[in-house]
Amino acid sequence: MKTNDRKKYLQKRRKNKILVAITQVFILIAFLGIWEWMANKEIIDSFITSQPSRIWATLTNLGANDLVHHIQVTTYETVVGFLLGTTLGIVIAIILWWSNFLAKVADPYLVVLNSLPKVALGPIIIIWVGAGTQAIIVMAIAISLIVTILENLNGFLRTDENLIKMAKTFKATKFQILTKIILPANISTFISSLKVNIGLSLVGVISGEFLVSKAGLGYLIVYGGQVFKLDLVMTSVIILGVLAGIMYGIVVLLEKCILNSKKFK
Amino acid sequence: MEKILEVKNMSKIYQTPKGEIKALENINFKIKAGEFVSIIGPSGCGKSTLLSIISGLEEKTEGEIFIQGKKVEGISKEIGYMLQKDCLLEWRTIWSNVMLGLELKGIKSKESNEYVKNLLQKYNLYEFKDKYPQELSGGMRQRVALIRTLAIKPKILLLDEAFSALDYQTRIMVTNDIYNILRKENITALIVTHDISEAISMSDRVIVLTKRPGTIKDIHTMEFEEEERNPISCRESPKFSKYFNTLWKELGVDENK
Repeated sequence: MKTNDRKKYLQKRRKNKILVAITQVFILIAFLGIWEWMANKEIIDSFITSQPSRIWATLTNLGANDLVHHIQVTTYETVVGFLLGTTLGIVIAIILWWSNFLAKVADPYLVVLNSLPKVALGPIIIIWVGAGTQAIIVMAIAISLIVTILENLNGFLRTDENLIKMAKTFKATKFQILTKIILPANISTFISSLKVNIGLSLVGVISGEFLVSKAGLGYLIVYGGQVFKLDLVMTSVIILGVLAGIMYGIVVLLEKCILNSKKFK
Repeated sequence: MEKILEVKNMSKIYQTPKGEIKALENINFKIKAGEFVSIIGPSGCGKSTLLSIISGLEEKTEGEIFIQGKKVEGISKEIGYMLQKDCLLEWRTIWSNVMLGLELKGIKSKESNEYVKNLLQKYNLYEFKDKYPQELSGGMRQRVALIRTLAIKPKILLLDEAFSALDYQTRIMVTNDIYNILRKENITALIVTHDISEAISMSDRVIVLTKRPGTIKDIHTMEFEEEERNPISCRESPKFSKYFNTLWKELGVDENK
């Protein structure tokens, strides 16, 4: 039996949730509505600001701008950059955890590389690996790699000392400590790496596409800007937002799967 | 009774960037098979270091350690170690946790499986074998940790403040519980604790260390009349407070120096 107070509490909670959702939707609709209305009344210049109906037209007319192809290119580059950057980062973090000496040697380099804006490496990357998809992927890796190394190494080193000591009392080898204690204890570190990296990889890909590309959403944005097709720019930005949302969603889904299967706190 | 553990002229000096720290000096004692011995001393006196050295986790600077008459270097297979926290792995089931020691040592077998299964049954944990540690109470977790250690069939168990993370009531119960299990399994125990009453109630002898560098100040024998003594019955004995006062003074004098 639910008490009256309990019922009231639950009702209030639900009401609050619904209110938040309604407000969120309202803001979006109001924003789009005002934007459209102001453009129609020529209060703002839709040549510069574009307008929702024109963005919608561009969207529905996918074929004309080969939008699907551009989305595919960006998705591909992001996923490859994301997977490579994350894997490589975790592998390097493991190596640095393994060798205290290497970790100490690498420390100042990692700190400097971490604070260096990776976009500055763009021209170097293009010259070294060639202007094309590979340069964009390298850019995505460059942006996510160092953070991944630092995050994961930090996580490994912060693993409860007692667990390691316990394993040592059973004569565990270093490899066993790695596979039975450190890695499983850091599942949450990996997941947070994934979450951060999906965003960083997109940043890398788009800035890569700005610099050098023949296709992709970043290319469309730059191209649209150069020829003053703001409809195209706005449409690309919106698609990009949706794409980022979907990718993040997939990572969150993956996180849920892992947590459910392993019963973590 | 035969002596099972002997520590001879053992010293430990730590090297640090700031200099040398003498942690332990000339430690000598023997433990008979089946005996429970506690080590107490002011904090920082090196009691945990002493245990780490006996377990083989840390190197000693000087001296020798014998187990059943044989000199040991490194981690001995006769020794089990229980730490302050239960150190159960949250991502493993209880079963998988108690098997960890065997798994790490690479000595899982049908017999060991049976043995562990029996231990779990004997100590009322078998029905929880598919649960995860976070679903168990603090006392049960400690029992799981004990069985994980017993699974490798140690002759000597080292307990390093093994109950200090528990709240007072659980602690008394767990102490009693573990005491009975160890007696039943016929295991020799060396217990490090900062709790005088725990030392008295659990052990046959109490070794008192001085402050750093730790040396043995005194060894007291705890004699209780009870036929079937256990930590809880000991606490009720009139001798308990007598021993408590003796040990308290011995520790206290040191601090006033």
